[in-house]
Amino acid sequence: MTDMSDDDTQGVGGTSRREFLFKAGLAAGGAVVAATGASAQEADPLITNVQDWASATGVGVDETPYGMPIRFEGDVVRRRVPWLTADPISSINFTPIHALDGTITPQGCAFERHHSGAIELSKDDYRLMITGLVDRPLVFTYDDLMRFPRENHVYFCECAANSGMEWGGAQLNGAQFTHGMIHNMEYTGIPLRILLEEAGVQPEGQWVYVEGADASSNGRSMPMEKALDDVLVAFAANGEALRMEHGYPVRLVVPGWEGNMWVKWLRRIGVTHSAVEAREETSKYTDLMPDGRARKWTWEMDAKSVVTSPSPQMPIDHGPGPLVITGLAWSGRGRIERVDVSLDGGVNWQTARLGTQGGKAALSRFYLEIEWDGSPMLLQSRAMDDTGYVQPTKDQLREIRGLNSVYHNNGIQTWAVYENGAVENVEVES
Amino acid sequence: MSKSKANLKATAVLASILSGVIALPAVAQTYNLGRTALPEEIAAWDVSIEPDGTGLPVGSGDVFDGEDLWVENCAMCHGDFGEGAGAYPVIAGGIGTLTDRRPVKTVGSYWPYLSTVWDYVHRSMPFGNAQILSPDETYAITAYILYSNGLVEDDFVLSNENFTDIVMPNADGFYVDDRNDVEVPLFSAEACMSDCIAPVHVTRRATDLQSTPEGAVTRFAPDRMAAQDTAAQDTAAPEAPTEAPAAAEPEQPALDPELVAAGEGLWRQCRSCHRVGEGARNATGPMLNGVVGRAAGAVEGFRYSGPMQDAAAAGLVWTPQELDAFLENPRQYMPRTRMSFRGMQDAADRAAMIAYLQSFAE
Repeated sequence: MTDMSDDDTQGVGGTSRREFLFKAGLAAGGAVVAATGASAQEADPLITNVQDWASATGVGVDETPYGMPIRFEGDVVRRRVPWLTADPISSINFTPIHALDGTITPQGCAFERHHSGAIELSKDDYRLMITGLVDRPLVFTYDDLMRFPRENHVYFCECAANSGMEWGGAQLNGAQFTHGMIHNMEYTGIPLRILLEEAGVQPEGQWVYVEGADASSNGRSMPMEKALDDVLVAFAANGEALRMEHGYPVRLVVPGWEGNMWVKWLRRIGVTHSAVEAREETSKYTDLMPDGRARKWTWEMDAKSVVTSPSPQMPIDHGPGPLVITGLAWSGRGRIERVDVSLDGGVNWQTARLGTQGGKAALSRFYLEIEWDGSPMLLQSRAMDDTGYVQPTKDQLREIRGLNSVYHNNGIQTWAVYENGAVENVEVES
Repeated sequence: MSKSKANLKATAVLASILSGVIALPAVAQTYNLGRTALPEEIAAWDVSIEPDGTGLPVGSGDVFDGEDLWVENCAMCHGDFGEGAGAYPVIAGGIGTLTDRRPVKTVGSYWPYLSTVWDYVHRSMPFGNAQILSPDETYAITAYILYSNGLVEDDFVLSNENFTDIVMPNADGFYVDDRNDVEVPLFSAEACMSDCIAPVHVTRRATDLQSTPEGAVTRFAPDRMAAQDTAAQDTAAPEAPTEAPAAAEPEQPALDPELVAAGEGLWRQCRSCHRVGEGARNATGPMLNGVVGRAAGAVEGFRYSGPMQDAAAAGLVWTPQELDAFLENPRQYMPRTRMSFRGMQDAADRAAMIAYLQSFAE
């Protein structure tokens, strides 16, 4: 594999010679690839003929008062793995991260995880109650909530079971399936601290128990310290109301912590003296270790990354030459400082360029532009956060946690890229 | 500093911060929004139960009522005896399996607190018809779950008064997240950039498992390059993050592999109580290696029921014919057997199960 000079891995300015050539290649590339994949011998009819769309008018405004992606993007959708769960009601699907770029996840394809299905709960019917060890147990309507100060923050939400099917070895072919239990949105919400202060937390109130209004009444406990820190009671994502499947009208946002705690259809905030030890924090979302005991309260999501393209669902169609390697990186404990990419299964690494450096507990996007010579590659990415934590290999994790901890697999992912451009999920060993 | 110490310290700091807030209420601005929650509203929603019994309502229920309620409300997903149906959670059995390659995490084998069972049954079950069970019904179902896990006798009555006397088998099986101590220092070394490890080879390929959904991969080109390293592969069954299907076990050449495979698929109904394969031990039920053709009641170290001991004394041998009759309806074949299994109606299923069991020698 051709090594890249430094100026290919740095600088967004586009001043390097290669980057200039690369961009020029892209500009001409569309037509060339569409014709033969080699240099054009004949004029491209898409250019020389007047196309329908260049002659007739298109659709008028209001054709779709709320627009959907154009039909050519119809396969950029959430997908589920049927054998994972007994039914699609208490189940999960996966964000098509392989087909997205940038860092913000559109709500319409952001993964869903329900324990008793997504419910239709109107703003009018919405109530939020604060109970327990408070001076004033309170009930808020949705309109009440709209009168509190609010904030905007971008955060990722990752299911603790993301990559959980990969503990025993490479299993699912696609970044969507191995890493798609994640989304990243700009939330608008009220700091939970403000609502707790409104109710007046009593000194013995050391924990907060949050619970949803759906039939699962999913409930989780968190220390008061977190509740008073950065947790949001959110009602909007990416500038619009939450989608039903993400907890409309109100969900909890718990930055950097496992997605199960981001209670949807939030209906109750109970202030307690200890953890409730509800089903979702005992029988589930605890990490079984090799000695038969289990870690509990494993809330933070450790630093992690994945190459989203090329990946099994995004093979290389264009043959050797300029290739954009891109992916996502995140950490629940801080912000992403650096992402390295290996083309040889972790023997050698080069530092990728951060297209977007996300904030604390938000996705970062990385790019590495290379000149692919067409030989096989073993692609990996490795995230580093601002605490100095370096994403471990899966084997490093297995050494400590064994094979049955289910949750919190943040190990390095390997994609095998073959000469024909096909990509497969594999595991490697030296 | 250990995480638990860190937590204690954080808790102490937190307590002082909170005391500050309480001592100086003027510090926190309030907006006088919302209204006071009424006692009956709080009673309707604030129903979670804590490990020390906080929140438990007065009431009681026994195993027998619990069994009736279970059959009516729970068995369609969790099986008559908590063995699980389809891919729904197994509730009973599995004790002693937490270090196995495929642990069976049930209420009896894994859940640390009985309060969680009561709370979840009352607040989140039955699936599709939640929050309908009265406190007495919830006590009864909880009692039945304890019984099905072998933790109480069949005359047991559970109430708010004896509730906290019950200590779950895995109560001490959990500890607070120690990643900060155990993992973070290891994973905070400077990242190596070149010649970090010896050249690698591929050990596992996802394509071999074929567990990616059909049609879901829109552009995957599965043709593999022959030149690519093809190291010896481990075969493995798909691994769900929840309860995974049983792993493929070695087969005997004399058996019909299709029948054995079919039996393996049915094994889910048995595996919460029985173990087979290398190193299999007795669990809720006896280990079943070599059971076909063996004398009944003969596994060392297992406490058989009275009727099974009687049958063994009378010379019962588990021929395929006897096993077939037993599996069809265990409680009819052997009244008062402790095997909590409703039976297999389909003769083909029974044949498959017997073939599967035959594939495990002593």
